[in-house]
Parts: sequence; structure tokens; C-alpha cells
Amino acid sequence: MSKDIRIRKGLNINLVGAAEQTTAKAVLSNVYAINLEDFHGITPKMLVKQGVEVKAGEGLFFNKSNPEMVFVSPVSGELVEIERGARRKILSIKILADKTQAVVEHGAFDAAKATSSQIKAHLLKTGCWPFIKQRPYDIIANPDTNPKSIFISGYTTAPLAANSDYVLQGKEKELQAAITALGKLTPGAVHVSVGVNSNSPLSGLSGLELHKVSGPHPAGLVGTQINKIDPINKGEVVWTVSPQDLVLIGELFLTGKFNADRIVALAGSSVKTPKYYITKIGAEIATFLYGSGVNNDNFRVINGDVLTGSKSRPDGHLGYYNNTVTAIPEGDDYELFGWALPVFNKISTTRALTFSWLNPKKKYDLNTNTNGEHRAFVVTGQYEEVFPMDIFPMQLLKACMIKDLDEMEQLGLYEVAPEDFALTEFICISKQPHQKIIREGLDLLYKEIG
Amino acid sequence: MSDKRLTFKKRLHILKHHYRDKKMAPAFNAIHTFLFSPDDTTHSGAHVRGADDLKRTMNMVIMALIPVLLFSMFNAGYQYYAAIDVANNVSREFSLWENFLTWDNFWIGIIKVLPLVVVSYGVGLLVEFIFAIIKGHEVEEGYLVTGMLVPLIVPIDTPLWMLAVAVVFGVVIGKEVFGGTGMNILNPALTIRAFLFFAYPTWMSGDKVWVYQAVERTGTPDAISGETVLGALAQNHLAELNYSVSDMFFGFIPGSVGETSTFLILLGGLFLIYTKIASWRIMVSAVIGSLVMGYIFNLVVDLGVISEASNFYGLMSFEYWKHLLVGGLAFGIVYMATDPVTGSQTNNGKWIYGFFIGFMSVMIRVFNPAYPEGVFLAILLMNVFAPTIDHYVVKANINKRLKRFKNATILPKDSDSRAEELKAETI
Repeated sequence: MSKDIRIRKGLNINLVGAAEQTTAKAVLSNVYAINLEDFHGITPKMLVKQGVEVKAGEGLFFNKSNPEMVFVSPVSGELVEIERGARRKILSIKILADKTQAVVEHGAFDAAKATSSQIKAHLLKTGCWPFIKQRPYDIIANPDTNPKSIFISGYTTAPLAANSDYVLQGKEKELQAAITALGKLTPGAVHVSVGVNSNSPLSGLSGLELHKVSGPHPAGLVGTQINKIDPINKGEVVWTVSPQDLVLIGELFLTGKFNADRIVALAGSSVKTPKYYITKIGAEIATFLYGSGVNNDNFRVINGDVLTGSKSRPDGHLGYYNNTVTAIPEGDDYELFGWALPVFNKISTTRALTFSWLNPKKKYDLNTNTNGEHRAFVVTGQYEEVFPMDIFPMQLLKACMIKDLDEMEQLGLYEVAPEDFALTEFICISKQPHQKIIREGLDLLYKEIG
Repeated sequence: MSDKRLTFKKRLHILKHHYRDKKMAPAFNAIHTFLFSPDDTTHSGAHVRGADDLKRTMNMVIMALIPVLLFSMFNAGYQYYAAIDVANNVSREFSLWENFLTWDNFWIGIIKVLPLVVVSYGVGLLVEFIFAIIKGHEVEEGYLVTGMLVPLIVPIDTPLWMLAVAVVFGVVIGKEVFGGTGMNILNPALTIRAFLFFAYPTWMSGDKVWVYQAVERTGTPDAISGETVLGALAQNHLAELNYSVSDMFFGFIPGSVGETSTFLILLGGLFLIYTKIASWRIMVSAVIGSLVMGYIFNLVVDLGVISEASNFYGLMSFEYWKHLLVGGLAFGIVYMATDPVTGSQTNNGKWIYGFFIGFMSVMIRVFNPAYPEGVFLAILLMNVFAPTIDHYVVKANINKRLKRFKNATILPKDSDSRAEELKAETI
């Protein structure tokens, strides 16, 4: 049964520097790093000590509150550094890669013949579990829960993000293996979405409920799709997996090996020849960034897309969940009467002497300037124009700010993740940090109720 | 960009760091960010941001008010000379170029209207700066619009000291005690207007204050009338009404400084809707509300329920659509009711909120012959009710979610079955 979803509210942010659909091989990275910030809410307990040799797919640390949940190394090599911050909190784990890679062999695993608990145990043991996330709270899924359904979005609308249709090409077998396994973990359906006119490999698979999605960003966000297909109620749990991680999970089932290969879109106006690179999770960004060349010195490297990614540096490392790296110019300069003069080179949803409405297809070269100062919420009715969920965005943000648990719950905080508020944050006239507010709200709710 | 400007920019940048964490930082930043939009970059969340900020938004409202201000400066003189001609029984033909857009008229505007603007901005911004420095927050842009609205909604002869006192009251009590722009419950400009009205009623109503010098000349041989259309209607002086519909629409009538020209206000309103700064929902529903109330009063008259001798006859029999052309109704709907901070914040709430503003305005207008203008009271009243309206609109969304929740399929966890308990707890 297929249900089409048409999103009307939203905004496509068209930027200069979309990745050309050709894939190059990135230079091998010397050092790979796992950044602990990628695993929100996980307290790590190390399994190996500094200086020890690990294989690719061998456990590095586990989740303190669930020792079965293992996080594995993307490559084989020597664990050279455990970077710690304040109160000895682990920030990142660095591995110096071997010349010849050794991989842990788990052996092929036929999910179709396994039970749900066998599949769970296998995913936990092999380090594939962290790819499964859950809502509410937007954290790594709790293996003890029983999700009412699982969502996978194969439709890309985020600005400059890696195109799912392109990166999944030729991966039908792996995707099918992963979806068969996931189907056993839920009594409900595995909902998979693709673009209306796409030739996504996902659309030919079985054991899933296919949805054709159209419309502007955030139509491609899994949160929007959940809200339209099967919204989350209090007490319910939904799992989400990004399609590229499905490939990794599927490959593990088929070959028994944890293969950390990633096709990454390198994009943004600061990149000379934006295109796709094949590399590994945790690889140093410089290994492919400089392969494409950069236009200037003063740019920002973003691990992820411009709306939801995290700030990084050329010597930073590819995030655990990312398949996009963006480089855009820093906007640390003043602009004479920037608030009063007509604006032609920036995006706006208003027409307040801003002219992006004249040509919605035009591509913009945006920088990291905030275009104004932080203020209290003043303007109303603006977020609703780009927020397709049946939720009052400003009221929910305010509930999070005043830490009113009842209101947060009633207004639908269970249904959202910070990324759902990236677009309202983008257009916010008061320059409020929406994603941070939602993240803090979710953390508070998790601590008090979850 | 010339070298000189570069150094100016650099110098300001150095000064900004010099002032950082000092008491005067908000004052310096207010001036700095007026000249240059800041060099701040994003730190959390989205790395790129939209083009609009609060300064730009507020600036749009000011732009929509400029034509009204200019018109009011000419009208100030025009009403003055027209009243003198009436007093001397000189009849004159109206001509836009020969007796409206003249230097003589504009001069009256310069000596009477401009000082109101200067005092309003001067005093109001001073209070804003003082509060920003004491409380250590940035100077926020709200007053840029308030400061422009205030001179346009008072009678022309309002003494400047009175305006200054009212502005201090309005900004401090109406806004700063709540925490500044974005936190206030009542529209600051209308708080100022209400303060003036209740503190100095003789200066704010009657048949003298609306035309320059009408008060001073009272009792002298040079006495002139300063009666507004609504004033005349409220007194049942129907015979004295010699303004045509076009006079009323284009605004060649006496009244508060900037409220008279429905035509320019309409253009301003369309500009604000087009730029998506003000809510069209509030404007449309307020117009509907006022038409409905006016029409009901017309029906009462048509049915013969009240006699011509009644106090209310003049205003009740006033054709319903003409209410939008006289008094401050159009101005209030376009520039005051649409204030996003004090108005309803939900889209459905805006329909209700706007409707009642129009509805109540005309009702107060008719039933209060002593002061036949109810717009500011109606808007202030609805400001108070806006959170209640929003509460019920949001409640509807919450109820929808609760209803969905009752049909929820909460699956037991693998390890325990707390889910059922949880469900029972919440229902």
C-alpha cells in the first residue's frame, strides 16, 4: 500500500556548489577518529586501551547504560589517542590506520530465518546498532523497546545534501537484506519514502511500505514524514535509519564484515569542484576536501549539511552518521546599513526589500553571517509558513525555554527532533537558536520522564 | 569601498571590543549596529541564516508610515486655514495643488507635527537606552515603530511636555517592566495614548483640540472650530457635516495627526501585507468586524427602534462602511492591531482577535458620545484577551493530539510492560 505525501509548507534553500554526480576515490586517511559528540546521550566505557591494535569492526567502547551496545572501529590500526575534555570526558578516539586492513569476521547472517532477538543481538554485537535511532528524544534506539514502526527517508531535500538516489545506486541487495532484518524488529511497517520522480533503488524492494514524497524542504526529513504517515503519540516509539546506514547494515548481514565505506557529497561554494568521494567513516576531511580544491582561505567546514551539520575543520573527521561535508565562506564582516538596504544575494521568506521571492530557482552563495542580532520572539506567523507538521512551532519552542514539561508533552515534543526546527531557525527574524532549544527540551524530558 | 570607510569600519570594530563587557556597551552597540549590520557568525544550529532581522522588519513599518506622516504635515496647515475661512464665512474651492500641498500648510506641519515626532523619539529612545544600560541587554528595535506611531495618534495641539510624560509612562510601564520588546502585554503606543486620554482628558477630546490653535482662540473673536466628523455625529450636529466621502477617504478632515487619510493608510496596509510584515488575517477580519457592527446599528435605525432625538442617532445612522473612513479605525487596524507581540499569535486566533477589534471599535464609538472614538480602547481590550484566544486555539491542537493518543498502539517493552501503566496514568 503506497501513500503519496505532498508537502506544501516549506522552503528550498538553493545554494551554489551542489556536488556533481561523479564519485572519486578519496586519498587514504592516516588517522581515523570517532567523535563522541555524534552519539548524543551515550556515556562510553572503553573496551581497549591506548596503544592497542584493533581490527576494523572490533569494539572500541560500549554504552555504559547498556553494555551490549558496542561501538566499533571503522578501520584496523593502532589506537593512538583518547582525547579527553573537562572531567576526563572522552571527546574522540583516534586510530592510526594499518597499511593492510584486517576485519573482524562475523559470518553471513540470514535475517529472514532469525528471530527478532537474534537480529537485535547480532546488530548490537557487530556495532551496527548505533545506526538505528529512535523518536522520541532523537537518540540511539533503546534495544529494549518495541517500535510501532520504522521510518527510512530516501528523499533528499536538505540544501546541498548527498542525493540518496545517487549514493544508493547498485546497493539493492544490501538494502533488501537490511530492510528484511528491520521488518522483524517491529510489529508495524517499515515505511520507506522516495521522491515522486526518483529512480531510487529503494522503490524496487519488498517487505516495506513505500511512500512517494514531493514538496520543498523539509519534505525529505524523516520527522515530517512520520508526522504525515503515522505520528508518534506519548509512549510510542518509532525508529529511524538513514538509507546509507542501511547499506552498511545490509552488507554486514550478507558478508559478515563491518564495512565503514561511505560515499560522501563534498559541496558548498567554497569548494572548487564539488563532487562525491568514496571514503570511510572517521576519515580526515582534508583527505578529500583538498582533492577538490578550495576557493578562499576564510571558509567553514561543516560536518553535514548547512542546516543541521556541526562545525568542523579541514583536519576534522567525517562524522559517524554523515554523508555530506559542506564548505561555505565565513561571514565575519560588517555590512554598511545591512538592515536597511535592499537585499538581492540572500534568501528570505518575506518581501521586506528582500528579493529572493522573485526567482525561487536562483542559487545563492550564503555565508555564515547571522544577518542580525539575537532578539526576543517578536514576529508571529512566520514559522508556520515553513513548518509542515501539525504542531505550533513557536509555542513548542517557548514551552521548552520555560521548561514546562506538561506543555512540551502536550504540544508534541515527542514527535520532533532538532533537525525539524532547522528551517524555522534559518528564517527566524529574532535569530533564536531553535535547534539548541529543542535539543535541551528533549534532554530535559528524557531525564524527567523517559 | 574607499580606504577611509575601511578605516572607519575598523575603528568601530576596535571600539566594539573596547566597550565589550562595559556598562556603555549596549549604547555603543545600538549605534554601531545601526551603521553596520554586525559581523556575528552562527555558532549553533543552522550555519546559514535568512536575510531578515528585527531592524529590517521594523523599518518596513516605518516606511509604511512615512506617507501618512508627510500627508499629516500638510493636513495640519490645511485644516487650520480651512477653519479660519469657515469662521470668517469665506467659501473656498478645494484644490490639491493650490490649497493643500502648499508651503504654508507644510510650515504648520513643521512647527507642530515635527516637534511631536522629535519629542516622541527623543524621550522614548532615551528611556530605552537607559534601561538597556542598566539591565545590560541590547537596545531593541520596538520603539522605532512606537516612536513613529505616537505622534500620529495624538491631537495636533498636544503640549510637548505632556507627550514626554506619557512616553516615559508608556515605555516604562507598558513595556520595560515586562522585560522589553517582545514581552509586553499591551501595545506601547496605545498605552501612551491611553495615559494621555485619562490623565489629560480635556486635551484629548472635545471639539477644539483637533485643529491647530483652536483651543487658544476659544472665546476670542478669532475663534475657530476643531470638530471632527465623529464629534459632530456624536453631538447630532448632522447639518454641520459638509465633508464629502472623497474628503473623508483621502483625509482632508480634522482628526488626530496621522489618522485621517484612509487612502494612504490603505496603501500602507497593502505594502505591509505584500512584504509579509503585518498579518493580513487581522486586517481583513477587523474590517469585517467593523462592517458587521456598523451594519447592525444601521438596521436598528432602519427598524425604527430609536428616534432621531436619541443621543445615539447620529452615529447609529452613519452608513456602516463610512466608519472605516473617519476617526482612527483604519489607522488602528493597519498599524496597531497588527502588532505581533500584543496581538494574537496563532493564525486562527488572529481571525477572532481582528474581528473583535473592528466590532468593539464601532460599538464603543457609538455608545460613548462623550468621546466618540473607541479604536484604542478596543485594541487594548483585545490585547488583554489575545493570550486567552491563543490558549483556546492551542488547546484545540492539544486535544487533537490527546484524541490520537487514546487510539495509540503502545507496545510493551521487551523487558517490561510499563507501557500500559503509562497510558492509564496519562488518560
